[in-house]
Amino acid sequence: MSDTPESFAPRSDGQPVVLEHSRAPERMAADKVRCEACPVLCQISPGKLGACDRYGNVDGVLTRTDTLALVVKPGTDLVAWQAARDAGGWDGSLVADPPVFVSGIGSTTTYPDYKPAPFIVASKHEDVDMVTVVTEGIFSYCSFKVKIDTDRYLGPEQATVRHRGEAVGHVSTIEYGSQFLALGGVHHLTGGSKKEGRVACDMMMALGNREPVELQIEGGASVVVAADRAPIVDGVEEKRMRVGCGSATIGIFAPQWFGQADEVVVVDDHITGVLSEHQAGKFLDMVPSGIRLRGRKSTPGRYFQVANPGSGWGGTDITDPLSIVEGWDAKHGARPGLRMLMVSTTGEDSAWFVLDEQLVPRPAEMPAEVRRVVERIGENCEPSLCSVLYVAGAGGSLRAGVTDNPVRLTRSIKSLLVNVTCGGAPVYVWPGGGITVMVDVARMPAASFGSVPTPAIVSPIEFTMRLDDYRALGGHMDRVQRLEQVLASGAWRALEGAAGNPWPLDRLGGGGR
Amino acid sequence: MSGAVRAQLGDGRWHFQHGPIDCIVFAEGESGAAAECIDRAWLRFRGVLEELVAELPLLRLDLASPAGAAAAPAGPVARRMVAACRAHAAGGRFITAMAAVAGSVAEELIGAFAEPRIRRAYVNNGGDIALHLAPGASFEVGLFADPAHGLAGLPLDGRFAIDASSPVRGIATSGWRGRSFSLGIADVVTVLATSASRADAAATVIANAVDVDDPRIVRRPANAVRDDSDLGERLVTCAVPPMPDALVAQALGNGRRAAANEIAAGRIVAALLCLQGRAEACGANALHQEALP
Repeated sequence: MSDTPESFAPRSDGQPVVLEHSRAPERMAADKVRCEACPVLCQISPGKLGACDRYGNVDGVLTRTDTLALVVKPGTDLVAWQAARDAGGWDGSLVADPPVFVSGIGSTTTYPDYKPAPFIVASKHEDVDMVTVVTEGIFSYCSFKVKIDTDRYLGPEQATVRHRGEAVGHVSTIEYGSQFLALGGVHHLTGGSKKEGRVACDMMMALGNREPVELQIEGGASVVVAADRAPIVDGVEEKRMRVGCGSATIGIFAPQWFGQADEVVVVDDHITGVLSEHQAGKFLDMVPSGIRLRGRKSTPGRYFQVANPGSGWGGTDITDPLSIVEGWDAKHGARPGLRMLMVSTTGEDSAWFVLDEQLVPRPAEMPAEVRRVVERIGENCEPSLCSVLYVAGAGGSLRAGVTDNPVRLTRSIKSLLVNVTCGGAPVYVWPGGGITVMVDVARMPAASFGSVPTPAIVSPIEFTMRLDDYRALGGHMDRVQRLEQVLASGAWRALEGAAGNPWPLDRLGGGGR
Repeated sequence: MSGAVRAQLGDGRWHFQHGPIDCIVFAEGESGAAAECIDRAWLRFRGVLEELVAELPLLRLDLASPAGAAAAPAGPVARRMVAACRAHAAGGRFITAMAAVAGSVAEELIGAFAEPRIRRAYVNNGGDIALHLAPGASFEVGLFADPAHGLAGLPLDGRFAIDASSPVRGIATSGWRGRSFSLGIADVVTVLATSASRADAAATVIANAVDVDDPRIVRRPANAVRDDSDLGERLVTCAVPPMPDALVAQALGNGRRAAANEIAAGRIVAALLCLQGRAEACGANALHQEALP
């Protein structure tokens, strides 16, 4: 079914990168090439290097000698793999089932976009000839969606998020236990002042590279966000997500407390729950306890503002839980011997009380059955994290570096003929038009993001498909290089792929579509 | 066209790169201050290459020529380059402002760290280094005398400390083996000066002076080695064979006189000259040296 390696034209020089000449300035000698990689715009004679020592004129072709990042399957001993391959003597065939994948990181981009992508690399995977088109895209239409696991109030929805004084995003919706922020985007990058664009670009690059970024939310908190790390809200690092608000905690654990306690108060900064009054207690036919709580009663068994926010119980400022109990009402069920659990929404704080003859709660030793449920609350609290997802639209002219008929690439991705990755990490491709991808930066190699002064973000993107599919969609077949050639150039460095990432070549292997 | 890029190295230092400029940037200080200043340096760095390119024709003039003598570039880095090199054009000696380009860029960036919260910082632009030292702070500087064998893990050939009480804030190294051209045959000339731009210009001049006439030394016109060199057809050193002791001593002697001139003129603090396993130190007793080659 597939082509032999000889049927596509390999590059004769075995060098990794090729940029075309732009039209030579009129007085430039015919055998020179002009490098447009940076503002110096070197005109380089055959066999010479430019001012940077990174690009040179190799046989009239501008050639990059800098390194490209290869993503290596976790656990691979690359040195041993190479040695084994070299010992066998390369027979000229495609590298079979390679443990390396050429990523877009360091691949550079080509400009203008219709020139072939810098690397179009073929390897063999499970007997299918695979090709990966590798480029570093320059993205203005891109942003980060950040999920911050916290119940603390970060600011009003739609509020402007600032970084170093400049507007760089806004507060989005709250999902259960997490606040979303939308950061970056073309509006801030190029739609505002020059400074706003620069600051937004720096912030985005740092966020993508998993560095901490400090953000100020208008009318709200100051928060330090870094991918895969706990958020720091107003200087306090979040430890655990609460299992739910006080009311939700009652809802989850009511049956487990039933029969063990006569009253349970779950202390929380947002909503404090009281079991006997709560709908969950009613369904269990619990007897009223006559407790009177501070705060503002919402629906039955749910109280707002029992205390001020703070670092005490359940995100309030209290350290003595009884301080939120105003009193006990014998007429409404308070009775000597009544057993009460008070617990925070993370299970970190808890106390057990028994009412004496004067209806005064006295601390007592917590029964083991009750202690077990308190511990279960803690067990259900997950570590607080920030998750940073990068969203970028690659549906523009970048596609021309892959094929001469860009819409075919879009369609091929939608029909799953093409696997899209960013630095080897799996992406979610949004439904609908265009190639809008979303990727968890924590699964990308370190330092995957760069920037250009436009300002815009530079990020790696790879399109992997079968070689015959690549030809069918109008690929730049004359630019296909063997993986072997890229390896032989030596101009690469190995990065271990994140554990748990699917192997980019696996998604299409063995004809299973 | 790609712009400036930066990446953090595994040890916390930063690598800034744009076109031919590579800087390694290090800073330490009060919590948050280092990161803030590194960001400031980065903002500055991103515009530097374009500023320089805009005035490149002016910066490539021979400062000893009438046009060069009148050259008055506008950019702060360009002005610093000219200021550092101008003195060396005395007596009609050929030099262009490009002799101090690397040190001048490093010096421009170190300005981002000039604040009390920073204890120590350096910007190493391809071996031309600008330093920031708060009172009481110091840097240990290591030296490889033979760059052909100077690899990480090998023992240093020399080591000295620069502390805040010394006037040294710039270190520059020149020699024929480096990326920049040299008219001389020194393996390494390392110069310590009050600023990186001054150190850079002087290192170039002293390395050029470490020289003798010997037909076995391979010299080629600069513009035959690299296109658009500011050195034009001047012969630059491409290969130096092992030479008899007498010639090595003669070349080092020529360099030592040039270094002594620079020290006497107050343009540099000290210089270390290395050639084929032999070394000369000039003014180095101003330093807290542990071992010199």
